[in-house]
Amino acid sequence: MSRDGAAPILAVTDLEGWYGDSKALHGMAFDVRAGEVVTLVGRNGAGKTTTLRAIMGIVAKRMGSVRFNGQELIGRRTYEIARQGIAYCPEERAIFSRLSVRENLLLPPILRPGGLDEAALFAAFPNLKSRAESTGTKLSGGEQQMLAIARILRTGSRFLLLDEPSEGLAPVIVKEIRDLILSLKGQGYTILLVEQNLNFARAVADRHIVVEHGRVVDRLTAAEFSTGAGRVASYLGV
Amino acid sequence: MFDHLSIQLIAGQLLIGLINGSFYAMLSMGLAIIFGLMNVVNFAHGAQYMLGAFAALLLLNGLGVSYWAALVIAPVLVALIGLAIERIVLRPLADLDHLYGLLATYSVALIAEGVVRQRYGSSGLPYPNPLPGGINLGFMFLPWYRLWVVVLSLVVCLATWLLIERTRLGSYLRAATEKPQIVESFGINVPRLIALTYAFGAGLAGLGGVLAAPIYQVSPYMGSSIMIVIFAVVVIGGMGSIIGAILTGYLLGLMEAVTKLFYPEGANLVIFVIMIIVLIARPDGIFSRAESTR
Repeated sequence: MSRDGAAPILAVTDLEGWYGDSKALHGMAFDVRAGEVVTLVGRNGAGKTTTLRAIMGIVAKRMGSVRFNGQELIGRRTYEIARQGIAYCPEERAIFSRLSVRENLLLPPILRPGGLDEAALFAAFPNLKSRAESTGTKLSGGEQQMLAIARILRTGSRFLLLDEPSEGLAPVIVKEIRDLILSLKGQGYTILLVEQNLNFARAVADRHIVVEHGRVVDRLTAAEFSTGAGRVASYLGV
Repeated sequence: MFDHLSIQLIAGQLLIGLINGSFYAMLSMGLAIIFGLMNVVNFAHGAQYMLGAFAALLLLNGLGVSYWAALVIAPVLVALIGLAIERIVLRPLADLDHLYGLLATYSVALIAEGVVRQRYGSSGLPYPNPLPGGINLGFMFLPWYRLWVVVLSLVVCLATWLLIERTRLGSYLRAATEKPQIVESFGINVPRLIALTYAFGAGLAGLGGVLAAPIYQVSPYMGSSIMIVIFAVVVIGGMGSIIGAILTGYLLGLMEAVTKLFYPEGANLVIFVIMIIVLIARPDGIFSRAESTR
């Protein structure tokens, strides 16, 4: 149960997950409440990305419990989980090289009320409109990240899993992505974020979950994350 | 050296090349679609082509179903068989090495061939020409049925290409070829997409079989004899490249025919000589790009 007692929208309990033959998650347990931005932080290989993939059903095998809006997701296929209202933006952005920007953007179907149509997407992301007919992978890294996030907003899902959206981007683009996430938070989206950039995580998140060796080892409020620099650094080895 | 060549001979050979090319294009297109999405080298494709021809023949002899009705019914029946093959044989192997899919479909082909041979014998069975007659073009006689095969093949290839390149369903297919898990994370039922794609590819092979029935003898071996050429077409065009499969199919059909004019002994070899040259010079195929499904 979350700290303030509100019912979580996502409740992860004893989650175990395998990446190929290797067990990467060893009993992850945390929850996320509606409207929150929560980060999973930890060193490389700690199991953060695998956690997002396990929630989404994109791992070889998973056990334990992942409840979303009270519905158990373990045992469901990825497309069924997406239809429950969870959208996933992977670390590598996964822009389709055989599709134009427009095709990439419009690929996801609108699954729920509130999903953005073409006009709304291009209004929200005008940079993408001018590149609509380009091949998706011809965009810059920042544009690709924008496209990857814009694309999942089309589904209408209000719970977003974002894997390292600031990775490899120039500071000015990172600021744009940060503003976008804050804007989504302002619109009531719930976001579970994997992030290595501590300044970025500090700027956008309400809570932080520290992951080591596939387990949750600490939970920090935004205030604790900001003031306990030494504690955070010790976890992350920075 | 080329004194024997007349306009009639050249035109006649080109027509044969175009007809063979029509079958090569349709069959290799189905193979390329299946390979592109599933990474399965569908060795059962030739058997599905043969089953299409047999289905048309059995529908005619058993139920009196006309060629024109069989043109729709037989591919649907073969597509349903394809659906069963995908569900029973290929889906359990989906996470294993591609070699398992190849071996499994090869087994399916041998079983289908064996069952048909057991029941109907190995000698070919005739299928009546639904469009007898033709038109005299002055320099050659063009049979109506052969014209119909070329035209329908072109229409089917063009329609399939448009479906894949210009429709929403096609964008799902192209995307799923690259990153199926991500497409599924958008809420798209990728396992069903894969099953329907395999069934569609099988149906295309079945349609090829119905078209071939009145031209060639309907025989259990008709699929295995054309499959070697079809694989060569797909390799030359670029594995998974649909437009490559279509264009290469027609081009190689014509090239085979032209070779027959100048050096008849080499006609059966020319495609494989080209395949070796392409494999050495451009291993991914003539029409392949970094992204290979266009």
